[in-house]
Parts: sequence; structure tokens; C-alpha cells
Amino acid sequence: MNKNGNYDVIIIGGGVIGCMLARYLSRYTLDILLIEKESDIGSVTSAANTAIVHPGYDAISGSLKAKLNVAANPMWDNLAGELQFAFQRHGDYVVAIGEDELARLDMLLQRGKQNGVPGMQIVSADVMRSREPNINPAVSGAIWATSGGICDPFGVTIAAAENAVLNGVTILRETVFEDFIWNEKRIVGIKTNRGIFTCRRAINAAGLFADAIMHKAGVRPDFKITPRKGEYFVLDRTDFTVNNVLFPVPSDISKGILVTTTVHGNTIIGPNAQNIEDKENKENTKSGMDEVFEGAKKLVPNINPRHVIAVFAGLRAGGNAACQTPGIGYSHDFIVEIPTEVQGLVNLGGIESPGLTAAPAIAQYVVELLKDAGEKLQEKKNWNPVRPARPQFRHLTHEECDALIKKDARYGRVVCRCENVTEGEIVAEIHSPIPALTYDAIKRRTWLGTGRCQGGFDMPRVTEILARELGVSQLEISKKNGASKFLCRPTKEDGGAQ
Amino acid sequence: MMIRKCDIAVIGSGPGGLAAAIAAKKNGAKQVLLIERDREPGGILLQCIHNGFGVEIFKKDLPGPAYAQHFINEAQEVGVNFLLDTMILEITKDKRIFASNKTEGMLEIQAKAVILAMGCRERTRAQVRLPGARPAGVYTAGTAQRWVNVEGFMPGKKIVILGSGDIGMIMARRLTFEGAKVERVLEIMPYLSGLMRNYVQCLQDFDIPLQMQHTVKRIIGNERVEAIETVAVDNRWQEVPGSEEVIPCDTLLLSVGLVPENELSRQVGIHLDPLTAGPFVDNYFQTETKGFFAAGNVVHVYDLVDWVTGAGLRAGESAALYTNNKLQMNNKKIAIQHGQNVHHVIPQFLDIDSLSAREEQLQMRVTKPLEQPVKVQVTDGKEVIASKALPYARPGEMVTISLKDKHIDLLKKAEQLVVQIAEREE
Repeated sequence: MNKNGNYDVIIIGGGVIGCMLARYLSRYTLDILLIEKESDIGSVTSAANTAIVHPGYDAISGSLKAKLNVAANPMWDNLAGELQFAFQRHGDYVVAIGEDELARLDMLLQRGKQNGVPGMQIVSADVMRSREPNINPAVSGAIWATSGGICDPFGVTIAAAENAVLNGVTILRETVFEDFIWNEKRIVGIKTNRGIFTCRRAINAAGLFADAIMHKAGVRPDFKITPRKGEYFVLDRTDFTVNNVLFPVPSDISKGILVTTTVHGNTIIGPNAQNIEDKENKENTKSGMDEVFEGAKKLVPNINPRHVIAVFAGLRAGGNAACQTPGIGYSHDFIVEIPTEVQGLVNLGGIESPGLTAAPAIAQYVVELLKDAGEKLQEKKNWNPVRPARPQFRHLTHEECDALIKKDARYGRVVCRCENVTEGEIVAEIHSPIPALTYDAIKRRTWLGTGRCQGGFDMPRVTEILARELGVSQLEISKKNGASKFLCRPTKEDGGAQ
Repeated sequence: MMIRKCDIAVIGSGPGGLAAAIAAKKNGAKQVLLIERDREPGGILLQCIHNGFGVEIFKKDLPGPAYAQHFINEAQEVGVNFLLDTMILEITKDKRIFASNKTEGMLEIQAKAVILAMGCRERTRAQVRLPGARPAGVYTAGTAQRWVNVEGFMPGKKIVILGSGDIGMIMARRLTFEGAKVERVLEIMPYLSGLMRNYVQCLQDFDIPLQMQHTVKRIIGNERVEAIETVAVDNRWQEVPGSEEVIPCDTLLLSVGLVPENELSRQVGIHLDPLTAGPFVDNYFQTETKGFFAAGNVVHVYDLVDWVTGAGLRAGESAALYTNNKLQMNNKKIAIQHGQNVHHVIPQFLDIDSLSAREEQLQMRVTKPLEQPVKVQVTDGKEVIASKALPYARPGEMVTISLKDKHIDLLKKAEQLVVQIAEREE
């Protein structure tokens, strides 16, 4: 922890990209600060997406997107082992419905080959029907991309962030970037709502707000993030599940509406894609629901709105950066660069899908860029790549549960009845390296409140535990930040009815 | 891991579980273990501090905790063993129950019979698919009830309630007592979903407006609820364009239905009825899985606690007979179907021979309000076997009809029974 506010590197933004950068840079003898404007890291785009580790056949050949996606995909097994987050690699499927779509699979297969994606194969309609019994009977074939995977995207983000903290990175939440501090054309610090921090280099990893940061830095004045909203629906796993990740045949603009299993065993459907202006608008809509169900039913016709237990919406940080490779007319590429017109800035932007997949390769790439820019990176002797996961009651055997409760009785009290999350887990998260201070922070870390009753049972119990552990009144406990408190006052005040 | 053995394990200590445990003990079961996930027995009754409980059984109008306490005392007197603050994680078909608590760690409970009395849970925002933002301030009525009545906190100051279920109407009055302003209760159906008496005593008496055929179109506010946009719907639940209205408020309570809580039943593999979301049961309240009984809201959602107690008493008695090998197991059971105007009937199977010893009550919910004199009829598909006249029938109020020994001969000839509600000619 650096006490004077002086750092070597400041990372602006605590999504999966910022946190992965912090983790990779924590390997070197640098004083690093990561700032996040929200009350928790990873709580915006990184917490609300399709949770897929893509093989890399979707991205336009020759783009930075394609390069970093394909480079990142094989990194995930090691990463999941070191950071101990949920990750499964069973491949993904692009499913053709009807003969017309079958022809388009070839195009994807060719692009996959060109991008260097290993292990893609065409499977027959019969194979598809046997692997996914609920698939549309009109299925005509599919691509099975064996390197596809699924993960818990918030789990990835918090694991990377915790590993960074354990290796000396400082993370400040509810810390809002206001402006850069300059020494002529060199960035030497930032102004925030919490005061001034100095640095030699600032890294723009601000996701939806990356354009605003660039413009403050005076680079890429034409760059604009257009939030693209996607709505999702989570199905009750006891009512309906699929076994696999199922994509439709993509259109020219979108990968389309998926039906996919998750690492939590639920099936989710979505997203649609709606360009919007408001970077805070994560509302679900009636029309969005109709669109998502229509798309999902094309792949799996007996999906039913009655099986929905949760809805959410996420914003993709869609950019408009031209691909740097000559001859490729593509204008939605990633930006990962050290600009020459100013000094001290590492600039990232437009990291939309497959940004989650690409995160470790992006971090690695930034390390290379820094070396090329003359940064003398010295490895720490005691850097520890491992972030130990905390026990999750529902994943343990009865014997392991028993042993855990004997060590700490709080693991014996189940607080979330649907997902079997215990008081012990909640308390552990409240006192973790990046403490969970709100209900949603606990929900994302433990998965409580995500089942059929959607927190109806656990909410009063969690607010009580949070208040006790933080030493405050339950009136202070909030859903996501200070403005979203659950309760307004004790009873027996304000008079009452006449 | 600690192993405990008992004759009968009762899952849940609400009114159904308490009654079942008491009846099991009184009917000769030796070890009866009542397992409760909360720290105190009584279930949801503990947060129902309003009165209206016990009118049928005690001819008294008691608050929920007093009603529960009567049965808690009785259970203690007859020697029921309580296991509190204990969550059941798994039940196997051979009646092994795995549970955890703070003091004993993981437990394995081995029982000869199991009575499921898990009650019901509230439908959520996602289940009715309300569009809009996802701020703090959207709660089920039952969660708000716990906060207000047990924890002593107010969930908000200006409140809109969606759904005219009983808990919603009762919370409208309760929050008004505590100084909140309940702006409105919205009901998507053209009729009340709770009891008429709750409408009169909780809404009308406090001038709280109820808008039928209205629902929430959009929840507004990113951090905390700032307003609710409402919309009228037509008879096919389609939104009526131009009827939108924005009501500033800080809280939206949902009282949009209750669902029997059968996660554990599913785990066992007990056959569930899609109409009720509860297990198929016979008149002994035995499920289709031998030795598993079910009582109360876990079977179907009741309107009055008294009926839940009645169901629990029968399930407890049956389970005790079962463990002593005295329950008739091999009799042919006749299936009971729902007919005209009837949503579902409990039980779904009847052992006719039991009628020689006692009356059997059939319980049902109607599909729509019938605001004129009606006849409840039990038929064999053609001929009427039993009939009962009622002045009206409403979805919010359970309807019953009893079969008696005098019906046995006709019942024995029937292949199946159909229960219907016919509009009565004057």
C-alpha cells in the first residue's frame, strides 16, 4: 500500500480488463493503483454478459480482436487454475436451422481456420440432436468449436483483482476520474473525487467511458463508445436446461441470440442488441423480452417464459476504431496502444465481445507494449500467481461441510435456501481482500439470492449480517451503493395513522 | 457426521408441520422430529401479527404468533422433539435427510416416514417479468412484512403494491399504520385475488385505492425506486395504449401469488401436479412416494390457516398409522379430476373405504369469480354423486365439499370422479 498517493502506474477502471492488467502488472516491481468509480469492481459490463470464452472464429481476420481472442483462448486453463474461478471448456456450437443456413457454416469454418482457431469441426444434425435433445428438430448441422468455454465473468474479475491486491496493488472503489495532471505533454497524475494521485503512466481501461478518458488525454478525438444494450433471461434449472453453448448462425452485425448453459447450471438466453445513448440504462423491456424469446425459440423451441427466474441487461462498450491492418475495412476493432502524441498514457478502448476472452492476452500485450516503450520491468521475487478461492458450501461433500462447520460454526447456518449459501461464506466475503460491502457485492461473490426466490428469503438475513459485521445500523445497508439503501427508518416513528 | 433416528421427520414448523407433528405423536408415533430452518418454530405465522387466525378452529380471532404458540405449546406437551436453526440440504428416497446447523454440523436423520410441510414461497418480480430498471425498493410483500414486523424497519415511505393477494392488502394496512403512504394497489385481473374481508378491512377502511386490470409497465430509478409507470390492461391482458400513468414512489411491493415450495420433494422424485405445483396426494395426504406425506401450503395454497392445521392433523395421523403398519396401503384409489370452473382439487386420489369411518373433504379453487348462486358437484363423469349449494364462488376463497358413507355405493361404481361448479338456476 502506497501511502502518499504516488504511484508508478494508475489503472482507470476496475472491469475485467483493468483487473487483469493489475494482476499481470503486479508481477513487476511497480507501485500500482487501480481506481473504480462504482462501489465494487467488475459490477458493470463484467458482471452482465454472456460469460463465454470464445474460440475466435467470429472476429474479422486480421483484426486485433481476432489476434487477441485466439491468443487468449488457450491461456484460460492455466488462468483458471491459478486464480481458482469457475471455468469449463466443453466447446461451443453454431447451429444451422434449415438448409439455407448450412451453407453459412462453411464461411465460419474458413474464417476460423484463417484466424488460427484449432479444433473446429462440422457435426451432423443427428449428432446435434443427440447432444442437445431439446434442439429445434429442423437443425441441419452445426459447427462444434471444441476450444469454446464458459466462466463466471465476475468470478474471473474478482479473482484477478484479489490476486493483484495480494501482490501489492492498491484498489480504490467509488473513486471517480476527473482529469489528468500534465507536465507539458506528459501525464504525471490524475485528479479524482478522492484527491490527486501521481503516476508515471496512466492506463485507460474505462470500458463504457473510455472515450471520455481519451478525449481528456487529447487522443482519438473521433473515438466514440456507443453502448449496445443486451437483455438476458435466466431460466430455473429445475424447470429447463440445455447442455451446451448454442449460437445461431451469425448475421453480419451480431452473433445473435444464444441459448447457453452457465457454470452455475442455469440456462440463460440472450442477448439482443440495441444501440443506446445513456451509459447507465440497464433496463429490461417488454420488446426486448419478446425479441430474445423469439431468437431463443429458433434454436430451442420449447423454451418458455414461465421458466424465467431472473432478468438482467448489460451494456457492451462498442467502439468505432478502424482496424490498423492495411486493407481490412473494419471499424469496430479493439484499441490497445501507447499513443505517441502524448506521453505516459496506455490507451484501451472498444473492448467489446470477445473482450472477456481476450482479457489475459490484452494484459500480456500491454506488458509487451510497455517493454517496447522502454519501461524497465523487473520481476518481483515473491510474486504469487495463485489466488486461493474461499470455500463454497454447496460445492462440498457432506463430510467436507461437516469438517468446515466444526472449524467455523457459521458455515452451519444456511442463509440462502435456494443456492445453499451459508453465513460463513457471507462473513468471509465481507472480510475478504476486496471486501463485499453491499448486498449485490455479496450476491456476485457467493451467488446467494440468484435462485428461484430471488433473495426473498435471504435479504433480511443478509442485511442483518452486513450491519453486524460492518458495525453499522441495518438502515445503512444498501443494494449496490449509498443511494440504494434497502430500508428508510425504524418502525414506530413519524407518528403513524390517526 | 452425526446420525439421528426417528419414526417421523416433519419438515417445517409452520401451522401444517406443527399440527402434523402433534397428530403423529398423539396417534402412536414414538420419536417425532420437527425440523425448522429458522431459530424459532412457527413459520411465517410469526411475522403475521395481524389477527384473523383461528376463526374456524377456535372460533376466536387470533394474531398469527398467538395461533402458532398454541400449537407450539401442545407439541411440547405431547413430546415432539424440535430441531431448530437447521437447514435440510438433501432428502433421499429411502428417507435419509441430510441437514446442517451451527451446533452439530452436518446431520443425517433416518426416518420411517417423512411429512413435507415446507409451505410456499412468493412469486418474484422476474416470475411476473416486470420490465424496467433493477433498483433497491422492489420487495415481495412477505419480505417487507418480515422487515416491519420482526426486524422493526420500514422498507419505504411512498408505496405502490402490485397484486391484490392477501399479504399485499394486509401490508397496505400495516404500512399505513406505521406512517407510510400507500399510493395504490394494482391488480392485473378483473377481480380480487385475496379475500374480500381483507379488501374491506385493509384497503377500503383506509381509503387505499385498488385499481383492477392495471399492472406495472416500467420500474423507474437506477439506485432506488423513484416511480412506477402503470398501465391498464384489457380482458386479454394486453396493455391499453394511452392509459399509462407515472406514480412517484420509493417502493414497489409485490403480492403476485404464492407457489408451493417443493424443491426437496423434487429431489426425492415425488410426483408433482403441474396444476398445484404440489405433490399428488390421496385423502391420507400421502404422496405417490411411499412413506412421504405432505400437508398445508406445500400441497396447494390455502386461504385460511385453519385449513392448513386440519391438513397437518390428517397427515400426521396418517404417517403415524403408516409407521405402525396400520395405514391401508393396497386399496384401490379413485382419481379425482377437475371439471367445469374448477382449477384443481385436493386430494387427487381417494380411498373410498375410508369413508366408512369418516367424511372426506375435497378442497378446490375456482377458475373465475361466479357471483351468483352455484352448485358444487361431485360426479362420476355423468351422474351427480354429491352436491352442495353456495351463494357464490370466488378464486380467492377455497371451496370444499364432503363425501360421506352414504356416497360409498355410488362412488364404488365410478371409474373416476369429476368435481365441477355449476351455475345454479333460481
